Amino acid sequence: MKRVCILVFHPLLYKSRINRKLVSAVEEIDGVNLRYMYDLYPDFFIDVKREQEVLLEHDIIVWQHPFYWYSSPSLLKEWIDLVLEHGFAYGRSGRALEGKQIMSAISTGGRREAYLTEEAGKFSIRQLLAPFELTTKLCRMHYLSPFVTHGTHLLDEDGIEEAASNYARVIRALRDEIFSPEEIRKHEYFNDLTL
Amino acid sequence: MHQQDFFHNAMIYLLAAVISVPVAKRLGFGSVLGYLLAGMIIGPFILGLIGSEGEDVMHFAEFGVVMMLFLIGLELKPNLLWEMRKSIFGLGGLQLVISAVLIGAITMLLGQTLGTGLAVGLMLGLSSTAIVLQTLDEKGLMKQASGQASFSVLLFQDISVVPILALIPLLGASAVSGGSLSHEEVRTIAGLEIKGWVQVALMLLVITGIVLGGLYLVKYVFRIIARTGLREIFTATALLLVIATSLLMDLVGLSPALGAFLSGVVLANNEYRHELEADIEPFKGLLLGLFFISVGASINFGLLTSSPGLIVALLFGLIAVKFLVLFILGRFFGLRGGQNTLFAFALAQGGEFAFVLVAFSQQNGVIDGAVASILLLVVALSMAVTPLLLLLNDKLIFPLVFRSENLREHDTIDESGHPVIIAGFGRFGVVMGRFLIANGIKATILDDNPDNIEVLRKLGFKVYYGDASRADLLASAGAAEAKVIVVAVDEKQQSLKIVDLVQNNYPHLKVLVRSTDMDHTYELLDRKVDGFRRDTFESSLSLGTEVLTHLGYNKYRAHRLAGTFRQHNRKVIRELYIHHGEDEKKYLSEAKKHANELEELLQTENEDASHEQDSSWDISSRREEIQELIRSSSEESN
Repeated sequence: MKRVCILVFHPLLYKSRINRKLVSAVEEIDGVNLRYMYDLYPDFFIDVKREQEVLLEHDIIVWQHPFYWYSSPSLLKEWIDLVLEHGFAYGRSGRALEGKQIMSAISTGGRREAYLTEEAGKFSIRQLLAPFELTTKLCRMHYLSPFVTHGTHLLDEDGIEEAASNYARVIRALRDEIFSPEEIRKHEYFNDLTL
Repeated sequence: MHQQDFFHNAMIYLLAAVISVPVAKRLGFGSVLGYLLAGMIIGPFILGLIGSEGEDVMHFAEFGVVMMLFLIGLELKPNLLWEMRKSIFGLGGLQLVISAVLIGAITMLLGQTLGTGLAVGLMLGLSSTAIVLQTLDEKGLMKQASGQASFSVLLFQDISVVPILALIPLLGASAVSGGSLSHEEVRTIAGLEIKGWVQVALMLLVITGIVLGGLYLVKYVFRIIARTGLREIFTATALLLVIATSLLMDLVGLSPALGAFLSGVVLANNEYRHELEADIEPFKGLLLGLFFISVGASINFGLLTSSPGLIVALLFGLIAVKFLVLFILGRFFGLRGGQNTLFAFALAQGGEFAFVLVAFSQQNGVIDGAVASILLLVVALSMAVTPLLLLLNDKLIFPLVFRSENLREHDTIDESGHPVIIAGFGRFGVVMGRFLIANGIKATILDDNPDNIEVLRKLGFKVYYGDASRADLLASAGAAEAKVIVVAVDEKQQSLKIVDLVQNNYPHLKVLVRSTDMDHTYELLDRKVDGFRRDTFESSLSLGTEVLTHLGYNKYRAHRLAGTFRQHNRKVIRELYIHHGEDEKKYLSEAKKHANELEELLQTENEDASHEQDSSWDISSRREEIQELIRSSSEESN
């Protein structure tokens, strides 16, 4: 059983329809540790040492957040800037995160079709997530295919329930190492794997 | 008086004070009772160390009262006085008139004439400015509703001494057949006989002179004196000012105390106010002490032993009548519960002016010698028991009244269901209260400073009077339904008491506490409260950040450094807390403890150099690594 840490970056979690449900679907899972980052660092003053310790204590990291302006809420960027230190996460002697798996779990208002790249001037989710993917690559981590909840504005309660239970299955699968990183990476989204 | 006698007497007075006052304070009686006891002990009826000159000393020491009123005046700005006009003339006036009528009636029932009755009523209606103000000040009650009401009444009494002095000779004329005595009462000023209207004009002239002089002249005089840089000359000028004003007032037939008070008020906005206060204060304290000692010494225990029943009955009668009048009036004027009993007990004695008036009435034939000595004894005894009555009020009556009256007078029903209780609404609590209310959160606020309450209620805050360390008060404040209690009182012991009470009785309630020092913090960590903040930490750190920016640090860096320090401080406190248990066994004085703690704090901070939070933003280590890489690869290719 792998140790999973979900870092939840949502500035208004109490108002969110999707992320709150996702969180409550995985909260009770054994071996899964949730960290509500906006609660821990309301002043953006991230305790770098503590965060690095947390990373060391886990094998699989999940960045869970809504997709704001084709990217993450600002606290995740701050976290990346400060926690992934040179000499710790990357650089010649920075090998602390080597071999750990990391996944983005994002929700977005647009439907999947909105991110199809047949038309000029459009970008896929994977393309937009490239900065995150490259960041983790530099840290010698395995970046897994993301778990994406599309079309959140149009999702009804049943749809949200379904997304939440899918998320729980994904997290369990990660914990129990049902799939190898290579297998997961064959798919554009983690959701595309038949669990 | 022979010089040696003077030093001999001075030594006895000082020795008595130095021994008995600390003992009295230690026993919780306050200094006034200490001085009175000292006087009784050295007086003619116990040790006999001082004799008949005690009376002269008392007259001299009455000047302490004058100085006290000057100092009180300094604290009172004219506009504040104007605001108090209702309680001065309403409460003060009614108190004196009703008390005088009742006491006069009783005196007549005891077989005296109408004139004697009126005189006795008026002189016993007065209370002791010296004892009351000194005691209330010592207890820190002057700023509270009861203190202010007491002050108003005393001020009115001081003012009314003047007309009473004018009235007594007239009573004498009606009581005693011979009209020759009243002839003495024609005012003489500078040896000249003057008609009534001239005297009134002179009074007005002097008062105007004091006001104008105080407003426009005095500050130039003080500026010149201050420039000399000689402290003792400044003190001398301050004393001169008080003495000159009193003499001037006395000369035109006004009360010197009133004159001193007036000049104090006029100077309240003066830039030298604090300097004046500091200079006069010790003189006032010593003279008042002397005055109390002489009151104690003047108590005629001979009369007490020869007819104890009569004296005790009169003493209790006097206190009972005055207490009832004050208590009922206090209620009419908005004093509630413990504040009202305090007010009534504080003013239930006879005052120092009675000594003056008794002598004066005797001269005018209004009362005879036997009555006079009984009056003097009763007044002196009533002054002596005042501190005891106040002690009784503090320990017995206040808690009793408090329980039955305090919150029930207010509508508690609409208060239930507030999620937050704030205990202590002083400088700290008030900011938080505003913050919560601004965000629409309802808070029940408890504070034990009635004046705060008055003001805050006017501003629409729902504030309740009371000590939050009482279980019943917490219950009526809705502790059972609330979610969070904020303990923001100034006093450490009270704060801990509230925390204990809440944790024992309302385990569901989150406890957030304002911490005042390290020791307090440790105590709070012991109790595992839900949260605490050092009350000065954030504002001090924030100003420190500004220091950095003025030294040229850029603002964001200063801000981040403050954040690092804050985070680090939390860790240091936890660390010190673990060691703190070991230190506790050593019995250290508070001050020593504080110094030790500061030392430890600074040491731990230095040793454990804080982790540079922002090192990721500093790319120098990356640059070095890349430059090194390029260098080594070019070496390889060579």
